Amino acid sequence: MSDLWRYAFVQQALLVGVITAVVAGCVGLFVTARSMSFAVHGLAEVGFTGAAAAVFFGLPPSLGVLATTCAAALAIGALGVRLRERDVAVGSVMALGTGLGVLFLTLTPRYATEAYGILFGSILAVTRQDVIRSALVGAVALLALAVIYRPLRFASVDPDVAEARGVPIRVLSAAFLLILALAVAEAVQVVGVLLILTLLIVPAGAAQRLTVHPGRALAYSVLIALGATLGGLACAVSTGWPVSFFVSALSFTAYLLARLYAHLHAGPRWAPRRGRDTPPSRAAAR
Amino acid sequence: MTPAVWLEHASLRLGGRTVWEGLSLTVPGGECLAVLGPNGAGKTSLLRVLLGLQPLSGGRVRVQGRPPRRGDASIGYIPQQRAVEPDLLVRARDLVAFGLDGHRWGLALPRRETRRRVDEMLAFVGAEHFADAPAGRLSGGEQQRLRIAQALVGDPAILLCDEPLLSLDLPSQQAIVQLVTAWRRRRGATVIFVEHDINPLLGAIDRVLVLARGRWAVGPADEVLTEGTLSRVYGSPVDVLRLHGRVVVLGAEIGGHEPLPAAPAVER
Repeated sequence: MSDLWRYAFVQQALLVGVITAVVAGCVGLFVTARSMSFAVHGLAEVGFTGAAAAVFFGLPPSLGVLATTCAAALAIGALGVRLRERDVAVGSVMALGTGLGVLFLTLTPRYATEAYGILFGSILAVTRQDVIRSALVGAVALLALAVIYRPLRFASVDPDVAEARGVPIRVLSAAFLLILALAVAEAVQVVGVLLILTLLIVPAGAAQRLTVHPGRALAYSVLIALGATLGGLACAVSTGWPVSFFVSALSFTAYLLARLYAHLHAGPRWAPRRGRDTPPSRAAAR
Repeated sequence: MTPAVWLEHASLRLGGRTVWEGLSLTVPGGECLAVLGPNGAGKTSLLRVLLGLQPLSGGRVRVQGRPPRRGDASIGYIPQQRAVEPDLLVRARDLVAFGLDGHRWGLALPRRETRRRVDEMLAFVGAEHFADAPAGRLSGGEQQRLRIAQALVGDPAILLCDEPLLSLDLPSQQAIVQLVTAWRRRRGATVIFVEHDINPLLGAIDRVLVLARGRWAVGPADEVLTEGTLSRVYGSPVDVLRLHGRVVVLGAEIGGHEPLPAAPAVER
């Protein structure tokens, strides 16, 4: 089994896995903070259309995913002005996209293999070019996230005050949607369209249960995503079962353990809501 | 001296409805003003105008001698209370730190100076013992202390509070008013309170602005909260009772959250 790691395709898979896990771990924390699971799923399904179209025209599917998720992010950003409208905007774009995807796939020979790869991930089939593109896309996503990190956190947690303090809320929303589109395009390669949340929600959700410290949460989220992806690859290579199954199983296990930890440790410490307030004088005396 | 806030013949129309018009108001630096009025009278909109988030439909407005602009660091703002979501990944101290540098680009790397000022503010509002707790798990009163710390940590010259006492119990209300008053006296700053109940504020304010049905009145509480003035502003008979130092207004909704029927624009 150890011989397998010498193969180029396994090494390439590892590289793409590492890049994707880091990006997904970082972006995921904002997905949970901004309650954008539905947008993630919507972007992924639109990515499915792009992949299907790319296959139909004889292009690499991952390129199609990237192009359509970015286009969809711009469209959602333009349509979904108010938060309440966003679900409808995402849903509408998503429904059309998926329908088109089905059409493209049916028109394509080798329909089943391609569809399987897009829907459930095809990390063991990534090429050298895919690695380079993943690295570039990942670097852009992380760099952009670093630039908007602080105001985005402010706007996600406390939009009213952030707006008053001059934070450009709408620009940040649109920018984050684009970053999310890049992250989705990365993650689709690893776990596929249908399992996208396993990398973009679950590790962040687990990290959130472990700490409220923002820096530590980021570290835990990335580590859990890395563990699930690399562990998933290792299990898949040695058993021959699908990678995405193991990635989702591992990240879900991490989530369960994190919840258990929160229940045992952090829970009771802050859980009892103080009914009454402590006046400043008494608070200072503590 | 340049007044902290100055409005001249200011009017505001939203969605074809006149919210208020002909509003002329000078708030000198260091004054504490309470803004009262029924829901929909444009109290929050007035704050949004001062924050540069809402342009006037007519008239002029100056904040410290300048037209309002978004992100003015000399204004602290406490928005209408909305509970922080329980699962949100934010500590009490993070919320306060946002008030200092949340609007700056880049990563939020820990800085000693930021930490010192945040700690100082947390201590001022009596929040040091829950500084590292998840903000969403704190009580309403505790969260409101954090809001005050967040608004004051940047050392503003003007503090705008939008119903900061809403849904707080009486001791918490008193604690919040005391905190803001203590800060105002120390800093010599201007405070504008939008409130639904004047009573918790009576000892802390200099003047009252009442907005209702497009009209307004401003002056000391004893002069404005009278049957004559309120009946004129509301356009219907209003009774005012004073009981044990408390003011009770009957026949008009002075604040609260029942939607009023849209009043037609009234010529003044």
